[in-house]
Formats: sequence, C-alpha cells, structure tokens
Amino acid sequence: MSSSNPLRDPADRRLPRIAGPSGLVIFGVTGDLSRKKLMPAVYDLANRGLLPPGFSLVGFARREWANEDFAEVVHDAVKAHARTPFREEVWQQLIQGMRFVQGTFDDDDAFERLRETIGELDKAQGTGGNFAFYLSVPPSAFPVVIQQLKKHGLADQSSGSWRRAVIEKPFGHDLKSAEELNATVEEVFAPDQVFRIDHYLGKETVQNILALRFANQMFEPIWNRSFVDHVQITMAEDIGIGGRAGYYDGIGAARDVIQNHLLQLMALTAMEEPASFDADALAAEKTKVLGAVKLPKDLGRSTVRGQYAEGWQGGEKAVGYLQEDGIDPQSKTDTYAAIKLEIDNRRWAGVPFYLRTGKRLGRRVTEIAVVFQRAPHSPFGHTATEELGQNAIVIRVQPDEGITVRFGSKVPGTSMEIRDVSMDFAYGESFTESSPEAYERLILDVLLGDSNLFPRTEEVELSWEILDPIEEYWDKHGRPAQYPSGTWGPVEADEMLERDGRSWRRP
Amino acid sequence: MKIDLTDTTASKINKALVKGRRAIGTPAVGMVLTLVIVTDEENAYDALKAANDASREHPSRTLVVVKRVSRSPRDRTKSRLDAEVRVGADAGTGETVVLRLYGEVVDHAQSVVLPLLLPDAPVVVWWPVGSPRDPAKDPLGALGQRRVTDSYAAEKPVDELRARAETYEPGDTDLAWARITPWRSMLAAALDQISCEVISAEVAGEEFNPSVELLSMWLADRLHVHVRRAISAGPGLTQVRMETTIGPITLHRSDGAMATLALPGQPDRAVALKRRETSELLAEELRRLDPDDTFASSLRFGVDRLGGIQSASQRAEALAHTPGPLPVRTVPDSAAPGRTSAQAPPPAAPSGDSNGDAGRPTPAQMPPVKKADPQ
Repeated sequence: MSSSNPLRDPADRRLPRIAGPSGLVIFGVTGDLSRKKLMPAVYDLANRGLLPPGFSLVGFARREWANEDFAEVVHDAVKAHARTPFREEVWQQLIQGMRFVQGTFDDDDAFERLRETIGELDKAQGTGGNFAFYLSVPPSAFPVVIQQLKKHGLADQSSGSWRRAVIEKPFGHDLKSAEELNATVEEVFAPDQVFRIDHYLGKETVQNILALRFANQMFEPIWNRSFVDHVQITMAEDIGIGGRAGYYDGIGAARDVIQNHLLQLMALTAMEEPASFDADALAAEKTKVLGAVKLPKDLGRSTVRGQYAEGWQGGEKAVGYLQEDGIDPQSKTDTYAAIKLEIDNRRWAGVPFYLRTGKRLGRRVTEIAVVFQRAPHSPFGHTATEELGQNAIVIRVQPDEGITVRFGSKVPGTSMEIRDVSMDFAYGESFTESSPEAYERLILDVLLGDSNLFPRTEEVELSWEILDPIEEYWDKHGRPAQYPSGTWGPVEADEMLERDGRSWRRP
Repeated sequence: MKIDLTDTTASKINKALVKGRRAIGTPAVGMVLTLVIVTDEENAYDALKAANDASREHPSRTLVVVKRVSRSPRDRTKSRLDAEVRVGADAGTGETVVLRLYGEVVDHAQSVVLPLLLPDAPVVVWWPVGSPRDPAKDPLGALGQRRVTDSYAAEKPVDELRARAETYEPGDTDLAWARITPWRSMLAAALDQISCEVISAEVAGEEFNPSVELLSMWLADRLHVHVRRAISAGPGLTQVRMETTIGPITLHRSDGAMATLALPGQPDRAVALKRRETSELLAEELRRLDPDDTFASSLRFGVDRLGGIQSASQRAEALAHTPGPLPVRTVPDSAAPGRTSAQAPPPAAPSGDSNGDAGRPTPAQMPPVKKADPQ
C-alpha cells in the first residue's frame, strides 16, 4: 500500500485495511473447503468493504462450467455459508471479477487459458498483476500445480506486482516430506510469498492469547514454572472421519492436528514476549520455543494413541474406526493422540505440556488450560479446602470463545468452606457478530502480504522434528488403545496423567 | 423481562436491575460500556432499536434519558422519575433502562444517570436529535468518554458543523462523519491504485446533508487542494470528482446503493456503497473509543473555506429570516471567529473570509499550516 497516499493516515483508524488491487485464484474450487469457507469469506470481506474495487476471483477446476455457472455456485455458497447478510449490490460488485477456467492440473492449455484470464482481468478489472494462488488441492497435486504455475510464467512477479501461493495443511506427513514440499514450493515462489494456512491462527481467540499475555500486567508474572503446574491443550471433535477415509487412514490424529494446530497453540502459550508484533519477531519467538521442546525419555509411558470403538456419541450410535467404510480392519492409524512434552528453557523447565486430540470424543471443543500450583500454605483446615481444586486460566478457542478463570471462593454460610468457582469472559457472546471468520482474516492478510499469522518453513520443520520420533515409536510398538465413541479417550491416557499425579480436565 | 417503576430513584433502579438479572438466571454480566441516549419521546423508540441492534456487537447497558415536556406551570414544579428496566431478551445483549424525567429533574438528568453507570467501563453519550451546543460541557456529555452527535438531524447542519468545530473536545464525534467512512475508504483505495497528484476536487450531494461538507473538508484537509461542495438531488452523497495530474477520478452513486468508480486509464468498476442503518453507524462509533483526530482535523478545516458554501454574510441574512434555536450566539461567533474557547482553534480563518465577504478562497489561499504534528 503506498505510503505516499495523502488520504491515508495511520491515525485515521476508521479506514479499514483494504487490500490493494489484486485477485485470488482458487485451485480445487469445487471442493468443500472452497464452498463452505473460502467463497463465503471472500464475500464477507467484500461486504465489509475490505476488498479493493475490481477484486477478481478465478476458479480453476475440472468441471465443464462457464463463468456464469461458476458465479451461480459461488452465489449459492455465499447464501448458504456467509456470515454477513446477503446484499445484492455487494454481489454485483464481486460478480464482475468472477471467472472460471476449466481444466485438469496437467493440462497445459488450461494453464495457458488461466494466464490469458489473468491478463484480461488486469485490463478489465485493474488487478495490476497481483494474484494469490490458493491451492485447495490434495497434497499429491501440489508439485504438479506448482510446476505448472512456473512453466506458464504465472509465478513470475513483474515490476511492482506480486504473486503469492497459499497452501493448506497437511504440510507433509513427516520431516522428510515436509522438506520436499517446501523445496518444491520455494523453488517457484520466494519464501516470503508462501502462505501456509493454519486456520486456527486466524481465530480471534488465538490472537487474543498474545493480547492476554503481553498487553496485561496481571498474567505474565505468574506465567512460568514458579507458579504454573502444567498446561493442557485439547482439541476434541465429536465427529468421526466421515468420508475422509482415504485421506485420514495412515495419517492419524497426531499428524493431522498435533503437528500443526496444537504445537502452534503451545508455541503461542509458551513463547517469550516478541520484540514487536511483526511477522519476523513473532516467528523468531515461536521458533525458539519449538526448538526448545524436549521429548520425554520413555515414549511408551508419556504418549498414548487410541482408536474410537463402537459406542454412543451424543445420543447417536457410532461405528468404530475399524468398521468405517474404506478403513483396513487392521489399521493402526490413531484417531486419538495424547503426548507429554517439556520445554527446556528457564521459564518452563519441569512444567509438562499435555497435548491431546481425538475424534468421536465427548464434544467438540478446543481449549488451552494453564493449571496453577496449589497455594504453598493454606491457613484453612483440610476440611475447608477439600473441594478446592487448582487455579486455572482456560482459553476457550472454540466453540463459545472466551476465557475462564477458576479459583476458590467461600461458600456462603456460617462454616468456612472453599470451593472452585469460574469467572467467565465470553468472547463468543459479546463479539461473534462482528468477529470475522478465521478464513476472512487470513485471506485478507494474504492479499495484504501480512504474514504474522502464518507458520513459516522452520516452524513446520521443527514441528515434524518433535512428532517424528513419536510416530516412529508408535510404528514399532503396540497398537492403538480402543475407546468407546463419545467418551474422553482411552483409559491409558488417564493413567498417563495419573502417573504424574494429575488428571485431565473435562473440557 | 420488564420491570416498571414509577416515581422512583436511581438506587431503586439499581436494585431492579439486580433483581431482573437474578430472575433470568444470569447474575454475572459481561457488558463493555454504558450507552446513554439522550432523546425526546418521538425519537426514543428508533434510537433504542438502533442501540439494541448495535449491542449485539457491543453488549452494553443502555440508559435512555427521555426528557418529558411539562405543559403547565404546576407540572413544571413537580418533579418525577419513571423508569422501565429491561433485561434479557427484551434488551438486546445487555440491559436497558428507559428513564422518563418530568419537571425539575429534567435539568438534573446527570444525577439520575451517574449512579447507573457501569463501574469502570467507558461511557458513550449519544444525542440522536437535538444535541447540545457544546457536548463536552453538557452535564450529561461530561459523563462520557465519547460524545456522539448527529448533525444530519439538525435544523441547519452547516451551522451545526461550525458549532462542532468551535467546541470540539477529544472524544466528540458525529454520525454524519461515520456515514462517510465507506466513501473515504473507497477514495483512499482509489489513490492506492494510481500514482498521481490531486489538483482539485468537487463533492456533490443533497442539500442539508453535513456528510457532504465533512467529506469535502476531509479531502481539502488531507490533499491541500481547493474543494467545492456542489448540490445535487441526492440521495445522500452522489459524487466525488478529483481532478488529478493524469485525469479525473470519479466516484459516482446515484441510487444510494451501487457506485461506479472511474479511474483514468482503467475500466469503470462497480462498487457497493450502500447507505447504512443507524445501528451500523452506532456500532462503528462504539468500536473505537479513542479520540478521532482525523475527524477533528477535518472539522477544524472549516466549512467556510470550502467552495460553494454560503458565505458568512449570506448566512447572517438567512438567519435573520429563520428563527433558529440559538441565533444570537451564532452570528457574533461567526463574525469574529478568533473569539473561541482556548482548546479549539478557530474553525476557519485567516484574513480571507473573516471580513465576511462572499468571495471563495482561491486554491492558493486554501491551506494555511496544517496540524501541529505532520506525520
């Protein structure tokens, strides 16, 4: 954005950050993610006036569609899934820049047509050659699409314009494949033009972790080993694998969730204060903390994996993982994973971080619970504090975003009895109507070139370095424990914490 | 739920609020601000509706202060406070108290409002109509960190803008300013797209719409060029045209919804610029509670330095014909703009037009020194 624009003034905070002239090309535009998240996000951005005039959206897929058919599909997707109300005039603005290019990923003609389309949009819509390519495609298709972009000169940035690549997880399935993927992408796009989407990082609550920790005085002094007993990071889903058998089998919960989402959440929770809130400073701190992660010596005793078995989930009967369509009955893929990590630095030495994720658990919830030590001395008798647990600060990432503080309070009455109470800050209730969807924020950031909320190559590789030894151990030893659907995971996971004298929170 | 209290006091209202919250089962509240709406009976309903809609984004305690008109001397000596307490589904996401003031207490509304403010939370005072001449010095206005007026609802909007400029205090803001945010952001985006220098500009819109003047003043203040205000049939703002070194930039909206942006050497583009509801404007106002320096700077540029504005002498003449609420103060003030409060710099005026002549300032005359701190 030009700083010489006299109408822009940093003090003028009503003017939103509007992306400069640009367009978005979505590969795999017929997929679920595209229809449920990306198209509505583009519309919501337009509705909030955050897209530049002339913003263009190009879909690329195999379907035999004309531009109008594509517009129709986007229209339906927007109506069904957009967060903000549908407004005809916003739609009229968007539709002018909508194009569809039909083709397969190995079809040279199609990419040639894509190049022409982009050229045409530059003329008709004034997109100025600035395009982001969103690869909403299976990982196996990454290399071919990237190579095609290169071959047809679509990744070339000419004077003053930019070309960016947006990729979704999985970022590989182990360190080696992640390195290969990074090499493939970075051969064509400069590292600072590659945006890896981890949609968790686009959530308001996650960004609020930094605000909570570093904009306040009351939390940071106790945010260390002297006061914190342990940290639990949970991401639970109530659904099974659904129709994703092909993708999920062989990948498993740890690779699917821990490697990216949970380790990122852990990094944000544990990192030191960055020198500033810019992308480099943030990445530096996150990298430091991920680099300081220490795996427990005995992986058998401090990791657990499981598979959901038949059971009842929320009043519905659910089949077990091994009985799902398309799953090998001998599969060792984990649908539940819990690991214990330590961070070897002055702030956190000796404080375990328990990370767990699973499918078909009690309910859908993601939260970070920082559990504090008990008061070193209590003037109250044992009977008075019998029901008092440990203090905790819980950051509820989803649903019902907010923060809960748990502490002891006297029960009204004549006797001295202290019991846990919670104090809630309900983000969800207060701000949902205006809190943008994660994808909205992230797409806007891509167009603005702001990489604060995107994990970098080093972070991805460090995460695999943490996870790979665990996956290797699992490969060689034992089988996943079975847990009934609708419960909070296998008993082995409870035993793992019991050995440390702790227990899982029921989120 | 709704609790009606007649002939009551602030402390009884506080008790009713606690009782109401208990009854609906949410004793803890997470409200972020207190919104005080000062209005008359006719506008109370619409204003409260807008506030309730805005409260979805900003859960707040809304205090509606309705000053009732007493129609007889006997009524005027009696003083009474009635209140209607609404919590739960009846009050958006927060709680609402409608306060009806009769008689003498009308002049002491702040004594009713003060005990009802949320502890330690910001206070916003909003006058949907009939804003005081000096919002910051108004007894109710003084309670607020932010004072929202609406010069669009004023009888003589341009005079209203002059008054705002004179009495401006950090924290003042106006819904007519919030109305043009989408225009401003579109114009800024237009200048992002091309590199050129703006030579002059013209802003057209319906008469008696202060948003047109505010947009003109903003452009003049930021671009240091001559800006002319033109009158069109509306609705609202209809067109901004900027002459630049490479050709004209126009943003034209004839139907109040869809606009066309034309940049030199580029195809015309349709952009959505729908006129917004009061609730959306209010939500925008409540989003940031820090002083709006850009508004202050634009306001202080001075309406009288715009091209196409009725000059001071014409205005004085017009005033003589129409009995306004404060004609006596307005005339001498504008005749001697130097004599204003210490904090607010004079709204307009170097030598050029303080003598009251009708001549429009030439571009060369336009910008004197700008803000103190040029960033």
